[in-house]
Amino acid sequence: MSISVVNRLFSGDLPRSRALGAALVLIFLGLALAPFLTAGARPLNTAATICIYIVLVASYDLLLGYSGIVSFAHTMFFGIGAYGIGLGLSSAGPTWSGALVGLVLALLLTIVLALIVGLFALRVRAIFYAMITLAVASSFAVLASQLSDFTGGEDGKTFSVPELLSPGFRLIENDIAGRAIDGKLVTYYIVFFGCLALFLFLLRLVNSPFGRVLQAIRENEFRAEALGYRTVLYRIWANVLAALVAALAGALMALWLRYVGPKTMLGFEVMTDILLIVVIGGMGTMYGAVIGATLFILAQNYLKTLMADSASALTGIPFLAEALHPDRWMLWLGVLFVLSIYFFPTGIVGKLRGNRAQH
Amino acid sequence: MTSLVPPPMPQARTPVSALGPDTALPAAKRDIAPLLLVPVLMLAMLPFVGSFPTWVTLTVAGLAMGMMIFIMSSGLTLVFGLMDVLNFGHGAFVAVGAYAATMVLLPMHGWLEADSLLMNLAVLALAMLVAMFVTGLLGWAFERIIIMPVYGQHLKQILITMGGMIVAEQLIIVVWGADQVPLPLPTSLRGAIVLGDAAIEKYRLVAVVVGLLVFAAMFLVLNRTKIGLLIRAGVENREMVEALGYRIRRLFVAVFAAGSALAGLGGVMWGFYKETLTASMGSEIMVMIFIVIIIGGLGSVGGCFIGALLMALVTNYVGFLEPKVALVSNILLMIGVLMWRPAGLFSNARR
Amino acid sequence: MSEPTAPAPAAAAPLLTLSGVHTHIGQYHILQGVDLQVPRGGLAVLLGRNGAGKTTLLRTIMGLWQASAGSVKFDGREIGKLATPDIAQAGIAYVPESMAVFSELTVRENMLLAARNGPLDEARVEWIFGFFPALKKFWHYPAGNLSGGQKQMVAIARAIAEPRKLLLVDEPTKGLAPAIIQSLIAAFRELKETDTTILLVEQNFSFVKSLGDTVAVMDDGRIVHAGAMRDLVDNQDLQQRLLGLSLDSHQ
Repeated sequence: MSISVVNRLFSGDLPRSRALGAALVLIFLGLALAPFLTAGARPLNTAATICIYIVLVASYDLLLGYSGIVSFAHTMFFGIGAYGIGLGLSSAGPTWSGALVGLVLALLLTIVLALIVGLFALRVRAIFYAMITLAVASSFAVLASQLSDFTGGEDGKTFSVPELLSPGFRLIENDIAGRAIDGKLVTYYIVFFGCLALFLFLLRLVNSPFGRVLQAIRENEFRAEALGYRTVLYRIWANVLAALVAALAGALMALWLRYVGPKTMLGFEVMTDILLIVVIGGMGTMYGAVIGATLFILAQNYLKTLMADSASALTGIPFLAEALHPDRWMLWLGVLFVLSIYFFPTGIVGKLRGNRAQH
Repeated sequence: MTSLVPPPMPQARTPVSALGPDTALPAAKRDIAPLLLVPVLMLAMLPFVGSFPTWVTLTVAGLAMGMMIFIMSSGLTLVFGLMDVLNFGHGAFVAVGAYAATMVLLPMHGWLEADSLLMNLAVLALAMLVAMFVTGLLGWAFERIIIMPVYGQHLKQILITMGGMIVAEQLIIVVWGADQVPLPLPTSLRGAIVLGDAAIEKYRLVAVVVGLLVFAAMFLVLNRTKIGLLIRAGVENREMVEALGYRIRRLFVAVFAAGSALAGLGGVMWGFYKETLTASMGSEIMVMIFIVIIIGGLGSVGGCFIGALLMALVTNYVGFLEPKVALVSNILLMIGVLMWRPAGLFSNARR
Repeated sequence: MSEPTAPAPAAAAPLLTLSGVHTHIGQYHILQGVDLQVPRGGLAVLLGRNGAGKTTLLRTIMGLWQASAGSVKFDGREIGKLATPDIAQAGIAYVPESMAVFSELTVRENMLLAARNGPLDEARVEWIFGFFPALKKFWHYPAGNLSGGQKQMVAIARAIAEPRKLLLVDEPTKGLAPAIIQSLIAAFRELKETDTTILLVEQNFSFVKSLGDTVAVMDDGRIVHAGAMRDLVDNQDLQQRLLGLSLDSHQ
């Protein structure tokens, strides 16, 4: 592959750092070959979650890092996409048409809501917008869990997927490298390639003229306005596009889990996870989402066992044992989050690239 | 000098216009429309609710809840107006205040269970003071350590204060455990006073009284003291206050600590209201607090007061009349107010 | 003043001296080496068209914007690095272009803020009422309800409620009716009788030509002329060159 092809693929936004490039290649290979490098359901689940969170966080980076917009409504769109697939499949039965109808309706709802929130709130100051999105998102979450007949309420809904994607389905009779070639595998690669496509799309977006105007607006809105750009329009577009990508990520998540529920898809915990990842990974870099999501999900799944072991070793000492309890992993994450805002404002990616903090 | 002088009026007193141009009395526009919202709402709901006793119960519940939310939010709006700092972690002080109060309430539960109004109120007052002290102290530290380095950078403030709240919440669990802590009401404050057919819960009356006291105290400090004058002026134009020779940044920490102490007080009261404490009670209430200060106008204590009462009353009325709508009534109220006044009911913070 | 051709007056040291002051706002280099001396007592005028940097200069003196280079000496003290409250406490009062009157506060409360230690001097307030009678009438009204001219009076009154060594005034006549401007002229005349030195930024030459003792003209972030007001008033060519208009056409 010649350099120019690689350049085109990444829309000119190369890693610009040996360490970062190596890490990205490693992650890519790891995710691409995950089914064959690992055994069992749990690692595959981790890998699929990583793919989806990469896209979810990258779409949030479009808002926060590139446009300078703080929004707490992002998980709402994630949830809408997920529920679209979920409700479509559960009400119309495990057919492709059911899924498609659900998805299309979800995307339409996403566009409408993103437009409404954008038009209404982007005309006010950033602080207002942040608070309003928080209020809207939490109301939406409450609605979703209360309309239990429709949405399955607090517990959510499980549903069946089309035959091609179901675990029982065999594409090839024999195992390859110890992994059964079944519907789960097919689903995994749909998730993988879907996320890859969405990520490359986002990369192309932020490196296009549109993306550059967004960055100009983030730097100095007044100046951009003076140069003739209708900043409100650009912000609304960024909002809608980010919301759509988040919704698609949600749809993939629902497809993978064969389950939708308010906690996994609409909860404030998801929003805090996104914020933590995007800040620690590196705002305004896109690749920060890749590194950050990978580290975060891996840690979330595997670090907790480490914490549990340490906690049991320290059962004598009162506070320390509690502080290292695996459920308290949020505490350490929170501390890391606060520290990284102070000392690593450009995140892991920034550190790897050797950027000096501009803030 | 004056080119146009209207003919003198038939009355004996000197016509205003003849004093020369620009001595006309300024329009005495007092912005009273927002002040009428709460009484108008209360009266308007009476026919909808139907029965007067039910209306009384709902109204008192709304007023009590509103007062508590006002106490919790007033600090936040003042801090924003004066310091241009938005503390997304304000809820942490609410939770810490409530939990800190248990340090008094649990050892002294005998006083709580005694059927003596005096003993109950005494231990309650002590708990409130302890809560305010602890959260005031925590607020002082929070401002110096976490917020001061990010003055003027709104994005970082939002992120860092959120991070602070996450850490605070987790620390509460580390110290007090993840289980809910029950907080039963003091004996003499349980139950209700019955007036005719209406039942008014005793604790709610206490909440209303405390709320009014806090509002009165804030009003007096803001309007009758030099510090209050500085705060009100600083909310409008910080730079000019400095240009008049005042080191207003020194006030920041004090105001922040006071705001945190108020949040702690609100937390104690809210804990009793719900009769249970959870580590996440702070973050759960943030949405309501934000809605209230948006409605009231960032920086306005009076607006926050009206906004809190409005929101709580609407929640109670709608919860009774149309429970399904109650889920989104807060949002609808916020949207309604913003469409009428895009910067909130009273917005004097010039930004 | 600092012009080599003008005869140096045998006066005491200037109250305010700026030497080589540069100020950057973001990436904009607004003040590009300002040298200015304001003599003690009297009224010094700073003229210049829009964008010349006059407001920036006042804000720099007041410490609202930090000078990136150069020195600002006030009454023998270097104040360039001080914070705004300290500069104000050193004896400088500021009337900004926007007037910065506190709208929610009454006229009385606005004035109270000027009394840093203790109450307002009743006699001094009465003296101010002498040339700003409207203030007495609206003493208890919220300042935000006043007209533009009345707000300007409040802003100036607030700056002089207590005696100060230096008064910085930024375009007080902007957007005001001629009648009000007359009141302001009277007020400044009274002020000149006191110990206060005034540095007045203006674009309206006719307003200042009778008030000013010394004048400096600013262009593109530098002082391009400094001297006695009398000399500028008498020299039509100089006016034409510096201000682009002659005295008559500006009226």
